Formats: sequence, structure tokens, C-alpha cells
Amino acid sequence: MRPSRLYRALLRLYPASFRAEYGGELWRVFEQRRRDAGGALGLVALWLATIADTLISAAQSHWDISKQDVAFAARTLRRAPGFTVTVMLVAALGIGANAAAFSLTDYVLLRPLPFWEPTRLVAVWERQLQSGFTNELSPANYRDWKAASTSFSGFAASTNVSANLVGLGEPIRLDGAAVTSDLLPLIGVQPTLGRVFTAEDDREGAPGTVLLSWGLWQNAFAGDQDVLGHKVTLDGEPYTVIGVMPASFAFPNREAQFWKATRFDGNAFADRTNTYLHGVARLKPGVSVAQARAELDVVTENIERANPKEDPGIRATVRPIRDELSQQARVLVLALSGAALCVLLIACLNLANLLLARAMVRRKELALRAALGAGRDRLVRQLLTESLLLALGGGAIGIVLAMAALPVLTRLVPSALPIAATPAMDLRVLGVAALVTIVAAVAFGVVPSLRACRGIDSDALREGSRAGVGGRRARLVRAVVVAEVCVSLVLLVSTGLLLRTLWRVQGRDPGFRTERVLTLRSWLPFPKYAKTGERAQFYDRVLTQTRALPGVSNAAYISFLPMAMGGGIWKANVPGQPPVEGAPRSVSLRFVTPDYFATLQIPIREGRDVSPADRGNRAAVAVVSESFVRRHWPGQNPIGKQLNVAFADRTVVGVAGDVRTRGLERESEPQVYLPYEQIPDGWMPFYAPKELVVRSSLDPAALVPQLRAIIRDVDPQQPISNVRPLGDIVAAQTAPRRVQLHVLGSFAIVAFLLAAIGIYGLLSFAVSNRAQEIGVRMALGATPGSIVRMVLREGFLLAAVGSVAGVALAWAAGRSLEALLVGVTPTDGATLAAALVVVLVMTLLGSGIPAWRASRVDPARVMRAD
Amino acid sequence: MTHDGSDPEKLLPLPPVTFHILVALSDQDRHGYAIIQDVTARTDGALTIQAGTLYRSIQRMLEQGLVAEKRTRPAIGEDDERRRYYRITPFGRAVAQAEARRLTQMVKLARACGFVPGKA
Repeated sequence: MRPSRLYRALLRLYPASFRAEYGGELWRVFEQRRRDAGGALGLVALWLATIADTLISAAQSHWDISKQDVAFAARTLRRAPGFTVTVMLVAALGIGANAAAFSLTDYVLLRPLPFWEPTRLVAVWERQLQSGFTNELSPANYRDWKAASTSFSGFAASTNVSANLVGLGEPIRLDGAAVTSDLLPLIGVQPTLGRVFTAEDDREGAPGTVLLSWGLWQNAFAGDQDVLGHKVTLDGEPYTVIGVMPASFAFPNREAQFWKATRFDGNAFADRTNTYLHGVARLKPGVSVAQARAELDVVTENIERANPKEDPGIRATVRPIRDELSQQARVLVLALSGAALCVLLIACLNLANLLLARAMVRRKELALRAALGAGRDRLVRQLLTESLLLALGGGAIGIVLAMAALPVLTRLVPSALPIAATPAMDLRVLGVAALVTIVAAVAFGVVPSLRACRGIDSDALREGSRAGVGGRRARLVRAVVVAEVCVSLVLLVSTGLLLRTLWRVQGRDPGFRTERVLTLRSWLPFPKYAKTGERAQFYDRVLTQTRALPGVSNAAYISFLPMAMGGGIWKANVPGQPPVEGAPRSVSLRFVTPDYFATLQIPIREGRDVSPADRGNRAAVAVVSESFVRRHWPGQNPIGKQLNVAFADRTVVGVAGDVRTRGLERESEPQVYLPYEQIPDGWMPFYAPKELVVRSSLDPAALVPQLRAIIRDVDPQQPISNVRPLGDIVAAQTAPRRVQLHVLGSFAIVAFLLAAIGIYGLLSFAVSNRAQEIGVRMALGATPGSIVRMVLREGFLLAAVGSVAGVALAWAAGRSLEALLVGVTPTDGATLAAALVVVLVMTLLGSGIPAWRASRVDPARVMRAD
Repeated sequence: MTHDGSDPEKLLPLPPVTFHILVALSDQDRHGYAIIQDVTARTDGALTIQAGTLYRSIQRMLEQGLVAEKRTRPAIGEDDERRRYYRITPFGRAVAQAEARRLTQMVKLARACGFVPGKA
């Protein structure tokens, strides 16, 4: 590079205005100094000094100009407060929506999990070759897979447990996890206090040890530093506190309040079909997920060959732990981000329009400044500074809006994530908001600035010259309006699809009536209540006293509440119906006390309810659901038929209406209800009835203190948890959908309003520009009605073009939302029609006032004006 | 934009480069390179103003009314006619004098407390 070229390149660092004024002088001085430098050393010194000087003085020069521009822009904007506030608010909506959406996306999808090298952590599941279902691991498979595989540097397991904690004031019910001793070192989390489990804690018969969550330590032990060594009783067994985990630790989810060691006993490995362990493994460095999966396939085939009789057809599924997030959660977060981008796009389009209109009005001022010596670059820079100031103001308001929206967004976070914190407005989010702000400023500032300063000359100063009438500008604005209509139609259709889904889901009959039913849980611990007779005594005393309360009409106990617990699945066989390959045999199994069906108003279609006479020593009976009858005895009388479930043959004595045990959105297995006394002692502790349901003619919430007193009276050590109306459980089914809808819906409303404003702005401008033409038309006999039609036609034409593009895009958006839809197709005609009607309304709103104004043009006045 | 009639004291203290430029222009009008050479000569080579710094200073001094661009060019043959020459304005002279008084005052203070050897 020749020296002159290099120096000219350096000069480009200066602001254009400075360069234009002093570039030649600088160049001449430099040439002269180069001639006088003498010698290579002198030249090097000159270059070094010149480069440093240029960098510094160019930066200072830019700074000076920016200071002037900012001061000038601030003065200009203060003189137009209405314009300034409008622009900032519109920008705030776009920026705020994106900041909020990003804080959620970052939290759910992007941020690394709070573990050591989280990308190497994988979840390991059993996969049934035939059905493709994934299950938890059985202890035997966990043990064998761990021993045989070489892909992992560690392989641990956990299972969710819960226990009654006694000995600290009121007895409480806690959720927690039993973990293998290598789990915490594997994920790489250290305790805040004390130590984690060792292999010694995790063998059969070892003394009980427990780790507390930060929350439990704070609540139950008041953050006592001397908690280590403290003895507690979990489900009647003694445990010693050995440590406290940090507040940020939430494994396997936020519900976990304590951790204990798995302590498998010898029997645990006997049954390969007893699957309840969540496998977590760490890939060795350099090993891919696919490699680990391939290796486990070989391992599982070998195990199948070695144990041909035990549960065949089991393979492994290995997934990065991040991917455990459901497809629904992922789609939801992406949909929100997409919607936020749409809002930003519409906001920027509108602002570009607004700024363009303003710049055109200011052309005279700009031309004056150009005449006084300001270069075009200088004017563009001035206008850009203005839009940047506006965007910064909007960004600041937007962040406030996003912070206000955070509590709502937090409810969209799937609870399955092993993260303790909730989405927050942190530096990452602020950084993205700043980036969005600058992009927005450029997006809505550049085109208007360039357009406004194009061809600035003395012409613009001429009296009577119209502010920016021109075919090109009008075309640009029309394109903007079409884009706005298109994007808002996409949002409207997406929102409509979610709304229809919500209605569909809410309209489904759960199979039971929730009004005035209160539920609470009293989980009877084993081995204290291992004997069925002792449990029966507890239930009888509690239920008798409860039914005696004023207003109470029915009360009963059941293993699990519908919807609150979808599991509890068992295989049922019908004698004489050999198991058919691929035919479903699963049922949802529940043990109930008499009066359960009456309490939830589940109809008994045939036969009878379980009765107090169905004792352990009497004939085993069952009440089945209608769907069970349809599956096994279609068209026959089921009463008196036999089925085999839960280790015994049982006689059907009644048929109950179907209940959506798995929730409103999923198909449920047929239900089988067994009398609570017909469980052999010590068997199936998980299925022991624990949920109390009470129907009252008075306010059920008022019963809570009395129910507590009754249970305390029957067993003072028995904790009560999960007190809630049955209605809440059904409402919780649709709660996430309602939140989704609120968020997406508010985005759609914003987009709708912005698009309407866009149409309004365009047509108002067009009408005021065409006032003269309209005046002439009216003078020549056009009626106000025909003028209104003319203006409306323009609005509707734009809306129609935008809608055509929008329908195509909305179809694509609907397809990508498919995972969130239930009972509604992405191409739902009714939704599309409704969205188009809304667009029609939007167009009417936007074009109505300009059309009315056009019809009021006074021909005499506008024609006199020129 | 000139500051004739406004208070010279308002611009004090002057940035050193500004003061040096005013000094260089005190006896004759000069173009940019001549100013740089003059400052270097007067300070025995201790200070060489770089071109960017010089013209940024001049830009500001023009706005402040300390210097003016010279309209008449020097005699033909004396120098390149395309060059811009700068002259000190009366206001510039007043400001330079005020700055000099301020500096003298500072030196007096320094002497009084013994920072500078010499006549008290």
C-alpha cells in the first residue's frame, strides 16, 4: 500500500464533515512532514505519531459531533412531546416483548444447566422395542447396564420419593429423591454444609442419612448452622442430617426438599419389570450420544440373551439432559419468541412510517440547514441520532414492561427443569435488550433519514412545495402497511388456534363434578400402617367424624385423585381372553372406600358401589369403568364377570362412568376400583388410599380446620398436605394454556392495534395530500359517499394483499404450533375466518376516520388555498 | 460565531495546545504546517503538535472566535495559494493575555512558597 493511500484510509476515520473541511490540509501537512522526516527512523516515528494522533482526534471529533447532535435532538424532541411519547411507547412494546421473550428462552432453552460440564450429561431410559414407549430403569437393568457400558465416566440413578417428617413441630409431608451415592459427584454439585453420600451410606441396612434442601433447612431448621448430626424421622425411620445443598440446587426438579441414599435391598434386583429409576450418566470426553446409544443397544441385547425369560424387548434410550424438556415446552417458548419478533417488526415498520412522515414535514428545516453548509451525511447522522435517542427511551420503558411481565412468564416455565432460579432481568437479558434497541433504531431510522435527505436542495425551500408527495414514498408506505396486516394476521391466527384449543379442552367432561369438593392428603407411612386393618381403622374413624360435620354430605378415601396423578397403572387380564399381541391390557388401578363415587358424583351405571362388607376375608370384588366393559365385554352384562388384577381374581359388582384420570388432554386407561380392605397386609404401599375427598353443601374451605382437628385426634403424628378444592386440580389442567394464551394474545392485540394505527396513518396522510384532488372531485359532483368509498377501497385493497400473504404465513405458523394444539387442526377454517374478520375490523377502524375526513373536505377552501 | 465583547476569563484555563497556537499566531499569520514548526521551534523541540490535534483545536478556536481564517492570501510566490492561513482575532489576543496573566499568577504563588528558586 502506498503511503498516500494508507494515510487517506486513516483520514476516513474522521467524521465526514471534518474530513470535508480539513482533509486536504491534513494531507498537505502530512506530506510536508514526510518530506522533512529524513531517514527511515524518522519516518517510522512520524507514522506512529500520526496513527496515534488520528485515532485520538478522530474519536474526539466524533464525540463532539454526537454531543451536539444529542443536544440538538433532545431539544427537537422536547418540542414535539406527543410524537416523542408515541414513538417511545411503540418502541417500548416491541423491545419489551423481546426482552421478556428472551428472558424466558434463555432460561428454558439456552442457559447451561447448573451442573459441571452439563453438555456431557445424558438421561438414560428403557425403551420397549415393541411399543416404542420409554420407561424408567429397573434396578437390575441399571446395575447391569452400568457394569457393562464403557461410554460413561459415571452412571447414577435417582427416584422421586416422599416422606412424612416428624419431630419438628407439625408433622409435614416432604417431596424428595433417593439417589445413588455417585449421583451428586457425577453432576458435580457440592453441598453448602456437610458432605454428600458415600458408598457406605448407600448399602443395604446402612444407617439412614439425609441431605436437606436449602429451603427445608431455612424453613424447618431456621438455617441452624449446627444442623449436621441432627436426627429426624422420615416415615417412621431414623435419619441423620449429613449436609445441606445450595439454594441453586434443584434436582431432579424444584419440588425436591431432601435427598436420601437409594440403599437397594436384595429384593430390588429381582424383578426387571419394576421400573422406577431415572438414569443419569456422564459421557466420557469425546464419546457422542449416538455412540453411547449404540453401545447400550449391544449391552441390552446381551442381557436379553442371558436372561431370556425376564421382560424381553428392552433397549436403551440416551438423550442429552437438556433435551428432556418436552416438545410442547420448546414449541411454546419458540412461539413466544416468534410472536415477540412479529411485534417488534410491526413496531419498527410503524415507527419507520411515522419518522418518515415527520422527516418529510421537516424537509424545509433540513434544506435550510443544508443551505447553511451542513452536508447530507451530517443531516443523516443528525436524524439517526434522533431515532437512536427515541429507541433508547423506548428500550428503557420496554425493560420496565418486561420486568412487569416476568411473574406471568415464570408460570410458563416447565416445572420439570432441574433449575432452582426463576427467569430474571439479568445482564444477558439487558444485553439482548440493548442489541434489540440498536437494531430497532437502525431499522426504523435509516430509511426515513436517507429518504428525507435525498435530493435536498433549494427546491425544498420554495414556498408552496408540498411536503414529500411522491409515488416512491407512497409505495414504500403501502408496502409497510401490507407487511403489518400480514404479520398481525399470523399472530391472530396463532392466538385463535390456541384459544380454540383451550375451549376444546375446557369443554371436555372430566367424568366427575368438582363443585364444593375439598381434597387433602394424609399419606399413611409404612411400616406403621402396613397392616390393612390398621389403615381401615384410621379411614373409618376419620370418615365417620367427617361425615358428622355440618354440611358434609359425602366423604371418602382413594389411592390417587384423578388428574393430580395419572399413573398407578396395572395390567388386568380377563380369564378366557388370552392376551393378544399389541392389545392394550393396562388399567388405572385405584383402591377406594365406599362413597367415593357419590362424593365425586361419578355415576354408577350398573350394579353397586364397593361396600363396607367387602372385607379382606370376603370375595374379592371390583368396580370397573364403562370403557373397561367396552374393551372386554362389549354388549354383555359385565356384572358377575371375572378379571385378574393386583394378584387376585376379582368379580365385577359395578360399572362406573369413565373418568379422565390422565387429564383433559390425554387419553386415559380404563379404570378399575377395588375396595380399600382387599389389599393383603404390607402389599402395594403406594396404592394405599391417601387422598381424602369431602363434598359439603357449605363452603368446603371452611372445613379445613375441623378436618385437621379430626386427623390430629385420630393420629397426632399424621401430617396433612395438598389441601385444595377439587376444582383447582381441574383448573390446573388448563392453567398453562390460559397463561400461554394471555401472553400470545396480548402480543396479538398489540400487533393488531399497531397495524390499525399504521393503516390510519397512511390513509390520513394520503387524504391530506389529496385534499385538493378530492375537492376538485366534489366540485365536479362526487358525493361524500363516493369519496368515502374511494378511501375505504384503498384501505381494503392493502388489507386484502396483506391477508393473502398472511394466510400463507399463518398456515406455516399453525403447523409449527401443532404440538400445542388439541382437537384443532393448524388449518382450522373457523379460526382463519375469525382472524380475517378481525383484520376487516382493523381495516375499517384504520380507514374510517380518514375516509370521513375526506368526505368533509370543503371544495371551496382547498381550491382557494393554491 | 465570535465572542467579541464576551468575557475572555470564561475560556480559562486554556488547553496548552490552544495557548501554543495563539502564541504562534501572535507575530504573523500562518498556515497549519507553519504553526506546527513554530511551536516546535519555540519549545526547542519539546512539543510537536500532531496534525489531527492541530486542526481539531483550530476548528474549536474558530467556533470560539479566537482565530479567523485569513481571507487575503500572501504575496504571489511566497507560498502555496491553496493553503488556509489563520490569524489571531482581538478576542484571541485578549484570551491569550488573560491566560498569560493567570500563568504568571501561578508562578508567583509557586515562588512565594519556594517551589521556584529566584527573585521573590
